[in-house]
Amino acid sequence: MTYSTKVLEHFANPRNVGELDDADGIGEAGGAKCGDLMRLYIKVRDNVISDVSFKTFGCAAAIAASSVTTELLKGRTLEAAVKLTNDEVNEALDGLPEEKLHCSVLAEQAVKSAVEDYRKKHGTRPENGADNRYE
Amino acid sequence: MEKRFVYADNAATTRVSKTALDAAMPFLTESFGNPSSIYSLGQKSAKAVLKARQDTAAALGAERAGEIYFTGGGSEADNWAIKGAAELGAAQGRRHIITTNFEHHAVLNTCAYLQKHGFEVTYLPVDENGFVTAAQVEKALREDTCLVTVMYANNEIGTIQPIADIGSLCRSRGVLFHTDAVQAVGHVDINVREQNIDMLSLSGHKLHAPKGIGALYCKKDIILPSLIHGGSQERGRRAGTENVAGIAALGAAITEAVGSMAENNGRVLRLRERLIDSILEIPQSRLNGSRSNRLAGNINVSFKGVEGESLLLTLDMYGVSASSGSACTSGSLDPSHVLKALGLPDAFAYGSLRLTLGDENTDEEVDYITEILPKIVAKLRSMSPYWDKLCKAEGIYDYVKDMEF
Repeated sequence: MTYSTKVLEHFANPRNVGELDDADGIGEAGGAKCGDLMRLYIKVRDNVISDVSFKTFGCAAAIAASSVTTELLKGRTLEAAVKLTNDEVNEALDGLPEEKLHCSVLAEQAVKSAVEDYRKKHGTRPENGADNRYE
Repeated sequence: MEKRFVYADNAATTRVSKTALDAAMPFLTESFGNPSSIYSLGQKSAKAVLKARQDTAAALGAERAGEIYFTGGGSEADNWAIKGAAELGAAQGRRHIITTNFEHHAVLNTCAYLQKHGFEVTYLPVDENGFVTAAQVEKALREDTCLVTVMYANNEIGTIQPIADIGSLCRSRGVLFHTDAVQAVGHVDINVREQNIDMLSLSGHKLHAPKGIGALYCKKDIILPSLIHGGSQERGRRAGTENVAGIAALGAAITEAVGSMAENNGRVLRLRERLIDSILEIPQSRLNGSRSNRLAGNINVSFKGVEGESLLLTLDMYGVSASSGSACTSGSLDPSHVLKALGLPDAFAYGSLRLTLGDENTDEEVDYITEILPKIVAKLRSMSPYWDKLCKAEGIYDYVKDMEF
């Protein structure tokens, strides 16, 4: 098994690590057989992900997938965020080894979970867009 | 801090020593004859093979050189011993094998293969310190038991099993006893006669010989069926033109390893104890397996909230080569079967680190690991969602929270 240079680079210098104290949404994915756990924090301004960070327990692939996902997410609308696929994460890392592909799936799930958490907390529905808060 | 290269994975493999290389070199160059050939070029090779056989027999305390069979490595020796003993057993209607649940996969998967072919296998559980006992074996023995196979020393946690006790039990019950001694040879005093060992597997590259050479000791009165059929090499038991260079290297390496064992073990043990002491100062860490009755160079530790592969890759970035029983390194997603066998909770089992020191390691290298490891663990913890959960759940002081990385 060999990691791409991109994976190793993200692992060595992960972007956006840590917690966002005033996060608007927090998502988790994991409990996989390998024990990996990924947590994403998002801040949302005008329906757009304005800031994002992560904390991950897992192998280099899981950490690199988390890191690259935060880069892919920043500036996306929530609608575009939930459309992020594991393939996109995988491509952004120049390909994960076959046995590590589940790490990109974990990233996709964590994003969906974070957006869902945001919507739950802020009472917005996917189709409603940014300004339709119920409160 | 200056980055340095530290090789701390001597249980995975070792560097070929100058002694082994010098012994091998003539047979890779001018003395290339086939040992089966009658002319003098061939006979030179045959003599080298005989000398290595005598040296290997002497290193193991075997009665005769003819009890040593060279193989392609430790896995082949394990396969041969176990499948051969099974075949001998089956001929007498004995189809039961006893082993342990923390053997190397060369043993475990061979036993699993035999289970598919009508054999029953009892896997003895090891205790939380990493040992099985002769009493456990005795309890598991049956009328139809044809083989007991118990590893000499575990590859992940280095615990040394009570081989002499199990050997004398098996001898008294007339059951064949095999031990996978791949991690033990050259590191532990072994005497196959005194310890009543019927068959023993060893591997060259764990003791400074090259990869691709190993040996099986098989007591003279056991007519073990062949695993590899063909020509009459190895007295008709293991076909294939001899790996003369590898065999010569193994003979030289095993002699050197056994000769310098006491001195090396003393030095390595001192380094290891110092390193264990410093590692255990890291909060929420533990040593896996007993600290005593353990191979001198073996350290296996876990850090709560830290995953093994990340730890290894970060260590590698600092120049340290180590190993892990972690989920991800082995290609399988499960935590190490050895650590699970010890009853380690997954939270610990995912984060194990194996450092295996050898005769080439130095005090400066131990100092270096002592300096970088706590920082690496703290950095990974600062990224770990399990760590903060754990701190909250167990009231642990989150010492990494305000650290800068």
